[in-house]
Amino acid sequence: MEVREIFLSGPPMKRYLKSINLRELLRPLGQMLLFSVGSTVILSAIVLVLALILDKTVVGQTLFERLNVSLFTYTLVNLPQVAIDGLTIGFVYAAIALGYTMVYGVLEFINFAHSEIFAVGAFVGVEILIALEKYGALSGASLFMAYAYLVLAIIAGMLAAGGLAVAVERVAYRPLRHASRLVPLISAIGVSFLLQDMIRLTESLTTGQFNRIFPTFGNFDHRIILGRMTMGATNITLGVSIKSIIVIVSAVLMLMGLNYMVNATKIGKAIRAVAQDHPTASLMGIDVNRIISLTFLVGGMLGGAAGVLYALKFTRIDPFVGFFPGLKAFTAAVLGGIGNMTGALLGGIVLGMLETYAGSFMGVFTMGAAGTEYKDIFAFSILILVLIFRPQGLMGANVAQKA
Amino acid sequence: MTKRLLVVLSLLLTAGMAIGSQVSAADKVIKIATQSPLSGDQSAVGVDIKRGAELALEQLGGPLTKMGFKLELAPFDDQANPDTGVANAKRIVSDPAILAVVGHFNSGVQIPSSEVYHTSGLVNVSPANTNPKVTTRGYLEVDRIVGRDDVQGVVGADFAAAHKVKSVFVVHDKTAYGQGIAEFFKQRAQEKGMKVLGFEGTEEKANFDSLLSPILAGNPDLVYFGGMYPQASVLFKQARERGYLGMFLSDDGYDSADAVKIGGQSLLEGTGTFYSTVSGPAAVYPGTKKFIEDFKAKFNAAPQPFAAQGYDSMGISLKAIEDAAKANHNKIPTREAVAKAVRALNDYHGITGNFTFNGIGDPTIAKYFVMKVNSADPAKWNDNPVVQTLDIAPPK
Amino acid sequence: MTPAFFHTIAKRLEQGMVPYILILAHMALGTALVYTSPRSNLAFLVLITSFFSLYSLNADRRFKFVAGAVLTLLIFPVVGVRNIFYLEVIFQISVFSALALGLNIVVGFAGLLDLGYVAFYAVGAYLWAFFGSQQYYILHFAPGTQPSHLPFLLPGDTFYLFIFVAIFIAALTGILLGTPVLRLRGDYLAIVTLGFGEVIRVLANNLDKPLNFTNGPQGITPIQRPTMPQFAVDAFNELFSKIVGHTVSPADMYNVMFYLFALAIIIIIVFVTRRLDDSKIGRAWTAIREDETAAIAMGVPLVKMKLAAFAVGASFAGAMGVLLAGSRTFISPESFSFMQSIGVLSMVILGGSGSIPGVILGAAVVTILNLQVLQGLSLYLSQLRQTDAVIPIIHFAWANLSTQLDPAKYQRLLFGLILILMMIFRPAGLIPSQRRKRELASDKAETEE
Repeated sequence: MEVREIFLSGPPMKRYLKSINLRELLRPLGQMLLFSVGSTVILSAIVLVLALILDKTVVGQTLFERLNVSLFTYTLVNLPQVAIDGLTIGFVYAAIALGYTMVYGVLEFINFAHSEIFAVGAFVGVEILIALEKYGALSGASLFMAYAYLVLAIIAGMLAAGGLAVAVERVAYRPLRHASRLVPLISAIGVSFLLQDMIRLTESLTTGQFNRIFPTFGNFDHRIILGRMTMGATNITLGVSIKSIIVIVSAVLMLMGLNYMVNATKIGKAIRAVAQDHPTASLMGIDVNRIISLTFLVGGMLGGAAGVLYALKFTRIDPFVGFFPGLKAFTAAVLGGIGNMTGALLGGIVLGMLETYAGSFMGVFTMGAAGTEYKDIFAFSILILVLIFRPQGLMGANVAQKA
Repeated sequence: MTKRLLVVLSLLLTAGMAIGSQVSAADKVIKIATQSPLSGDQSAVGVDIKRGAELALEQLGGPLTKMGFKLELAPFDDQANPDTGVANAKRIVSDPAILAVVGHFNSGVQIPSSEVYHTSGLVNVSPANTNPKVTTRGYLEVDRIVGRDDVQGVVGADFAAAHKVKSVFVVHDKTAYGQGIAEFFKQRAQEKGMKVLGFEGTEEKANFDSLLSPILAGNPDLVYFGGMYPQASVLFKQARERGYLGMFLSDDGYDSADAVKIGGQSLLEGTGTFYSTVSGPAAVYPGTKKFIEDFKAKFNAAPQPFAAQGYDSMGISLKAIEDAAKANHNKIPTREAVAKAVRALNDYHGITGNFTFNGIGDPTIAKYFVMKVNSADPAKWNDNPVVQTLDIAPPK
Repeated sequence: MTPAFFHTIAKRLEQGMVPYILILAHMALGTALVYTSPRSNLAFLVLITSFFSLYSLNADRRFKFVAGAVLTLLIFPVVGVRNIFYLEVIFQISVFSALALGLNIVVGFAGLLDLGYVAFYAVGAYLWAFFGSQQYYILHFAPGTQPSHLPFLLPGDTFYLFIFVAIFIAALTGILLGTPVLRLRGDYLAIVTLGFGEVIRVLANNLDKPLNFTNGPQGITPIQRPTMPQFAVDAFNELFSKIVGHTVSPADMYNVMFYLFALAIIIIIVFVTRRLDDSKIGRAWTAIREDETAAIAMGVPLVKMKLAAFAVGASFAGAMGVLLAGSRTFISPESFSFMQSIGVLSMVILGGSGSIPGVILGAAVVTILNLQVLQGLSLYLSQLRQTDAVIPIIHFAWANLSTQLDPAKYQRLLFGLILILMMIFRPAGLIPSQRRKRELASDKAETEE
């Protein structure tokens, strides 16, 4: 105990922590900016070069006949909007991916049920808003109150999802901690099925609904127009909706908070210690079980918040809503290097960008032979490619697997 | 250890079976099975097909009950999976009390399962399978009450042509249902001289951003969606948010009050939102309104698309069994007689149409209504006005 | 009832003629029950469990072999033709056993987590679906718009050839996928295989344009079957029509035929798997599973051995895919979803990863649970709801039970619960593999010391 106190909270440490605070707070912001701008620039360059090459071929001609505009102009005009869209979904993926990555960092275990934790968060948030709507609070709410209600829903979603994640860990994973690697994974798949149908059962016993709809209130659907461009006969507007901004800002805040917690607080240090070595950490006086619970709590809360934000952005949720975003976020976590928080951030942004770019331009570039429907394949193919050349993921450390 | 475990296991299983296996052996029992996905992510529609059928059994079973039969519903869950569907089908045909099957949401399940019904002579009235192959195999036992893909796609395109639409962008949900309709819509639209700016399928349920870029770049007069409302409405809403002001058109998978709950006011903006459906207004089919009210009263939820078709499929099965039983001196008829009785029905008045079947089991004339979404209030969904009525016979 | 009491009974069961009598009695009872009440699930279960008393009781190998052959080659087909639902259940158990055995090589022996195993199944199925149907002639038609009355590309009897072609192609696919990704660590491999499974399904769903290879979500139908020799139908009728109670149609005989094919493939798989398990390759797989680093140090060619596991596992799935396409005469992408992969995986884990009898048991339990028990329960429940039955003590009328509480609607819930409970209380599976058993025993010895 004494050793720990000297290590973690002695006066020199305190001063050191104070000096590091601001840097730790701002570092992820810089990273996010770098990743966003970097992937936008790289992907845009690739797409533009492709457009230039294809412009002279039959692809360019076909487009010209159809829309009376050259392929290069078409690409250039659409590019900014595609980048914004890609960034928005990228931050959603990043927020979910953090939950996978935190648990993996500490337990070396893929929490398959995270996508359902996400779904539960979404359901709790939306149910609260629907209740408020029934109560009459939403219609005609002032802008301030609208945001207050949204924050309330997000917090409720976070608490429910966090609590659930802790409970799941306690019941379904902790007894299996020393079993072989496959065992907790199968248990997690079981939890995932169980939770999907629990949501469905609860919903059908109470409301009788399968689809739940995020109520319309506030100014979230409003779209801020950033610019207008003329392309052939049509006008293309460049804009971003308020809800997209909310999604991005909340995701950024969560990521900053998480980064700060893990890298600049005592608890964070304990988490990192447990991630490195359970027995040694417990010898240092850290309650490993508590830290693992805490990891699940934080990961679950992030997932829950992401769930409510997802519902805000995409309006409709159902008990199986978690599956696809979960899968994508999981892919993002692996792409970035699972177990690495910065990696999850990078992976999420890159994946979101990639699939939006691919989905938006593939149809035109292949003359309709392969369109949006291949965007998921595209994401997975890139994942496989990246892993071939960097088996530890984009930012993962090259460490041997723990036995 | 192993052995003891095995013993325990078999005991447990047998105990489970003991419950499941008792079948009432009364000889006057007639059962009608339903097969639809009751679990998994397609259960919303699947459950309501079953509920529609359940309601019909309750309301329309009177004549048979009076003849002294006891009617029972035997609901099966095909899990939207062909393997489960076929296994259930074999279980169904091995129960002699079952005289008809209402069923299947997915054509991918209906086609292999109906091979089983066909070999056993059991009639299958389909409430939702639009794939032409369902009936073109020419089985006596397979009938359907929905329009085929090549009927409803044509309805949509004809409506668009009547409204002077010059350019369309076609989207579908990559299911047999949605893609089938969309293919025929596209074909017909091109015949009618419309410019098809794009034809895209997507399994995406939430984020349509990457699909919207090409749509907005082409700025078509009409966006057609082949598929179900949970996707369609989200797409429409996002398109409006991005500033698209043209017309939206979808199919009978869009006919649910939830569609407007998702889309809200945005569906009414611009040139508006339309959908083709067989569930007509109260003036044409007085049963429809009552059905929706009864359904809400019994199940505490508004019916999903195809619930009404589930109701009608059951109604047709019951009527056919009644006819066949009467012909058989009020005794339980053979399965073959029931199958023939379905084909022999003349102008059965249901809530989604008046049905007479042709030689391969398609309704001779499909009456389609194109409706306009008229209010952002889900409670007023049933007051949506008819914009156009089209009668189309299926291709031979 | 002390454990000692059970112990004595268990011992008694192993002595002298007792096991033989028990096995025969169980088989006879099952057959008799199924014969007298052909629609009772209970009777069918008694019959099918006799297979496991055959496996678990101590008897002469030759006797077991003969009894097993009688059960699978004679009793099951005849009973199955009487009630085709039973044959379907047995057929699906066989198909899923074969798949689970294939996956068992990858997961159970080599310890590589494969979450996209049905991709190889899909490869086999679509291979025969393309060549055994009219699909070749509608390459240039959009799905659903093709003319009717097209010829078939190949005669139905090339089905047999395609079982071997599929084994080859699926193994090749396994190697092509495996070569780049098998260097990855376990969890990365899991996501890559999951992605691969999705890629194959999405391809099957989307390769209807620019050229229509798979007919997209509409699926390919009709797919041909090998010709059924008339003399086989006649012979079966001659021998068994009295027991069956009706003359057997060729359609029924097809069911029997595909069941026998599946059985033959299982026997081959079991044979190959056992030989592999006892060979140098098998030991190399075990070494890789237990500790990769140590395995490399011992000179095990890591990538080569992993590829071998992948290829062997994939080839079995490919063969079963052809069989599925032939037996169903219809194939669509819906059969190859992620859920299907997870289903096969849970059969392996539930039964006992690495254990051949365990995996077969796992496949049987999951299939029976899915097709018979849960469906049966909810049918029973819906029947109760339609009667005037009342729960005695609490006077609760079944009719008032909410329609939401329907076991069939919540199969995934029960399935998930079973998976969790199994992992907590019996992580090595229902019948742990011999190796695992020895390991557990030695672990126990260590802790007791």
